[in-house]
Amino acid sequence: MRYSAWAIAREGLTGNRGWRPAWRDPDPKPAYDVVIIGGGGHGLSTAYYLARNHGITNVAVLEKGYLGGGNVGRNTTIVRANYMLEGNSQFYSHSLKLWEGLEADLNYNVMHSQRGQIMLAHSDGQRDLFARRGNMMISQGDDAELLDVDGVRRHLPYLDFEQTRFPIFGGLLHRRGGTARHDAVAWGLARGADRRGVDLVQNCEVTGIDIENGRVTGVQTSRGAIRAKKVAIVVAGRTGQIAAMAGMRVPIESHVLQAFVTEGLKPCIDHVVSYGMGHFYISQSDKGGLVFGGDLDFYASYAQRGNLPMAEHVMEAAMTLMPMIGRARVLRSWGGIMDMSPDGSPVIDRTHVDGLYLNCGWNYGGFKAVPGSGYALAHLMATGTPHDSAAKFRLDRFETGRGLMDEEGTGAQHNLH
Amino acid sequence: MRIPCPLCGERDAREFTPRGHATLLDRPDVDAQPQAWHNYLHLRDNPAGETRELWHHTAGCTAWLVVQRNTITHAITGASLAREAGHAR
Repeated sequence: MRYSAWAIAREGLTGNRGWRPAWRDPDPKPAYDVVIIGGGGHGLSTAYYLARNHGITNVAVLEKGYLGGGNVGRNTTIVRANYMLEGNSQFYSHSLKLWEGLEADLNYNVMHSQRGQIMLAHSDGQRDLFARRGNMMISQGDDAELLDVDGVRRHLPYLDFEQTRFPIFGGLLHRRGGTARHDAVAWGLARGADRRGVDLVQNCEVTGIDIENGRVTGVQTSRGAIRAKKVAIVVAGRTGQIAAMAGMRVPIESHVLQAFVTEGLKPCIDHVVSYGMGHFYISQSDKGGLVFGGDLDFYASYAQRGNLPMAEHVMEAAMTLMPMIGRARVLRSWGGIMDMSPDGSPVIDRTHVDGLYLNCGWNYGGFKAVPGSGYALAHLMATGTPHDSAAKFRLDRFETGRGLMDEEGTGAQHNLH
Repeated sequence: MRIPCPLCGERDAREFTPRGHATLLDRPDVDAQPQAWHNYLHLRDNPAGETRELWHHTAGCTAWLVVQRNTITHAITGASLAREAGHAR
């Protein structure tokens, strides 16, 4: 059913007996045109755009747990397009434009809130870097405004500007940046794909990938064999295990990234704020909780939880930047498994197996990429050519050294991002 | 997490710096083919379960260790000097 104010009024007056589940819970069929391994944000998005843009609806999304139970429900919900390098910048620019039309497109409220994102500069050099980054964002067609200290103070009066160690020199404001309700993104895409005929199969773990004469023919799962003409691996932190089923070693290390939320508070943080001298970023959810995250724990992990030393580091960064946060109490913390690539940028590409596609390497940035990633992978699978926005996300760039996208400038090796 | 350093005894993991999978000890010869270097620098088995990785005892004896650790439970089951692990090959 289509969601609308009229539907709410009608159901309200008739005892709310007309609501139906937002998607079916089908058993897998013996064969599909396309099988997508992974029912997270990117997998659901790929299925949605295959159906919406290319009319390919004989599609199954196989999820070993429940839809949206992985990283799409384990992030800090930030949506932005403030990348600098050719390759990344046009992709995230395209993704943000998709976000801006997503709710109308899906007929689903994903609570996309373009409240503005501010990155803080703590030295002259960092401010110069942000000027350059802002210019590159503008030349890409996105928005950026360089703020001086007074400009930052007008937006964020609660920061500790005069701290002796890392005083604030200015910031870069990206007004179209913001947040979205993470679960709703998964649910809206799931509903949109399901309504177009895609089978979303939950509790279905892939145990093998069938390959004959260099061509993929299907997958083995905990719910039986499924034949498929094309298969996409869209499993984030589990990429290593699934790719190994196709005989591949991939440039991915899985790491844990932690995030935290406080008790609900009255509105106090209106933007997304990124600290420039520690890995710390914060926003306030519509429920009132302050949602913030830090850096990797820096050891390989599949635990979906981190350890206390990084939690302590994040709290210290928070106190340094905005001492008022010391009055809030942390309610919960969680961890997601990041698929870290050597250069910190993703992969959307074919593999050495015909009909087998790989979508991975989203590092810390997978949530904002959800629409753009599915759009580009669907385009690649349907047409055989990469979408313009993601043409540089090649798997072979590490081997050839051509087209590396090292946004931080630290080198294209593991453990540097 | 606590790591049993062979030189210092069991210490808090905060004294150590992780450096990644112990495959980093298998450095190719200088004249190896580019594929061997690609394999060494970029590709990983990325195991979910038992793994061997390099940790540096930064705030202790500064030795490089090969730590046996489980990536699902974070349990640490052993550590040896990377120097000796290298000599063993």
